[in-house]
Amino acid sequence: MSLPEALVYNRPGLFFSELSVPALMNPKPLLRFALLLLLLLGGTARAALTIDIIGGGERQIPVAVLPFANEEGLTQALAPVIAADLTRSGLFKMVETGGARIHEPAQVNYADWRARGAEAMVIGTTTTLPDGRVEVRFRLLDVVKQTQMTGFVYTVSQAQLRLTAHKIADVIYQALTGDVGVFATRIAYVVKQGKRYELQVSDSDGYGAQTVLASNEPIISPTWAPDGERLAYVSFEDKKPVVYVQSLKAGDRRAVARFKGSNSAPAWSPDGKRLAVVLSMAGGSQIFVLNLGEGGMTRLMQSASIDTEPTFSPDGQWLMFTSDRGGSPQIYRIPAAGGAPQRLTFEGSYNVSARFSPDGKNFVFVTRNNNGRFNVAVQDIATRQVQVLTDGALDESPSFAPNGKMILYASEVAGRGVLAAVSSDGRVKQRLTSSSGDIREPAWGPLARTQPK
Amino acid sequence: MIRKIAVLAITGLLLAGCESTPTKEQEAAKVEERTPGQQPAPGAQAQPLQPGAVGGNPLTDPASPLSRRSIYFDFDSFVIKQEHQALVQAHARYLKDNAQAKVILQGNADERGSREYNLALGQKRADAVKRAMEVLGVKESQIESVSFGEEKPRAPGHDEASWAENRRADIVYQGE
Repeated sequence: MSLPEALVYNRPGLFFSELSVPALMNPKPLLRFALLLLLLLGGTARAALTIDIIGGGERQIPVAVLPFANEEGLTQALAPVIAADLTRSGLFKMVETGGARIHEPAQVNYADWRARGAEAMVIGTTTTLPDGRVEVRFRLLDVVKQTQMTGFVYTVSQAQLRLTAHKIADVIYQALTGDVGVFATRIAYVVKQGKRYELQVSDSDGYGAQTVLASNEPIISPTWAPDGERLAYVSFEDKKPVVYVQSLKAGDRRAVARFKGSNSAPAWSPDGKRLAVVLSMAGGSQIFVLNLGEGGMTRLMQSASIDTEPTFSPDGQWLMFTSDRGGSPQIYRIPAAGGAPQRLTFEGSYNVSARFSPDGKNFVFVTRNNNGRFNVAVQDIATRQVQVLTDGALDESPSFAPNGKMILYASEVAGRGVLAAVSSDGRVKQRLTSSSGDIREPAWGPLARTQPK
Repeated sequence: MIRKIAVLAITGLLLAGCESTPTKEQEAAKVEERTPGQQPAPGAQAQPLQPGAVGGNPLTDPASPLSRRSIYFDFDSFVIKQEHQALVQAHARYLKDNAQAKVILQGNADERGSREYNLALGQKRADAVKRAMEVLGVKESQIESVSFGEEKPRAPGHDEASWAENRRADIVYQGE
């Protein structure tokens, strides 16, 4: 049976931002070059984030992932990455393959694998072409029904093998759970080591971390543009908070909000053309919406209180934000076209940092409980029902994965900043630690755009 | 004789760089140094001697209240307490007397809670000091209020003493 071809959209490499070097306290030209080189080298040599998993889904689907033919000769084997992705989701249990070498459906003894407990099987082949590219074929087999569920062939460069493995894991995840997979996505976060801050982007499994900005002053609030090609963030390199937008491909950036006073809390509109920000230039902390293309800005509302942490709904109809206009920080929303703000949170005296789920029906936020502990919770907008998902002491900065199934947030373990993830039903927990330094301010990137054929 | 005058002139020029008043010797040296057609150096004018400012910068003189730069706030409060009012007044007076001087007021917050909300709390503290200075007659163009939120704590601990130290607005003069 022939396999349909799938195109792997070539994810462009990230380039270290030249402009980030001036952020390093005006080093002399030779020193500047040395620092640039050091950081580039550091980027490739740096160990990946380590991810630990605790807990599992209500039911874990048993899957056997067999080594692909000839993959041991490649710079990157695919089956181990696929197995690790599926395991990390908490929704799958890997079935021992016992070194079996099966690459074609005709070789499969379904009854045997059924007896081993598998419900699905992943087999595949890799062939290195004369031009150095690799042809990867995989098939997902239904062990119970003894049929092929799906399969694709990819022709990719060796550099794209890891991404291809993630894409295959996404296909398997969707076929077996019905939900879109997020293994081929990226995350952004800030690492602090001593007085040094780095804004990094890595694959969602912590591999391939690259530094996008390095600075001796704090960096906070990174947020992905909907097209995944730009990051907005707040940098204190000018000795005050300024909002930057940086292109990941080219590494160039511009300060989009450097008004008198403080500039912070960037949030992209779904069409990527506007950026909500919080400015103090008009007094207090107030929300403005910048028009990135044409310039200029609008102000939806005015208050004598703190208004901050704006965020657009996925359909662009609403702006949700944090305000203490009622006497304590709570979550509100206002129509993006303007109108009367409406309060959304009513439990507890401290509810902040809200972000919509991708389907717009829920939002994740941080709530302080009666013991003074800050935890991540999810609220259903229609029913107002709240479910607290974490139990740390200082949990913060939650964001949804683009399939709405996992929530990434920052936490603290033994005084050290770590990242953590929890499934939206609270069952699966992950912890992501950096080999060195405190890690904070995570942001889950969008789904990769599919290339039209 | 000429060498002596030259030494005095150089000393005078160095002293003129500080915010101190030129002495009689300095004036004399400048007159000797003047070549035909050259304007007298600015700062060669007699000024009243500011108290406590002899040979030093009042902003950094430990004996002057102006060298103290931090105003502390109670939890969840943005009111400048009675004990800090004199400090705000002293800086406001300096700014009114030195119209070219500019300050940045840096607000801070303790670490608990959201970073962006804490940025806004720090901003509120800096704004409180700014407003107090404006009420005392300082021009808005002389003041910029910004916030560091919880990002640059002076006290790194995770206890009430550290948190109290970080609920603070600092006064920083431009050029420092």
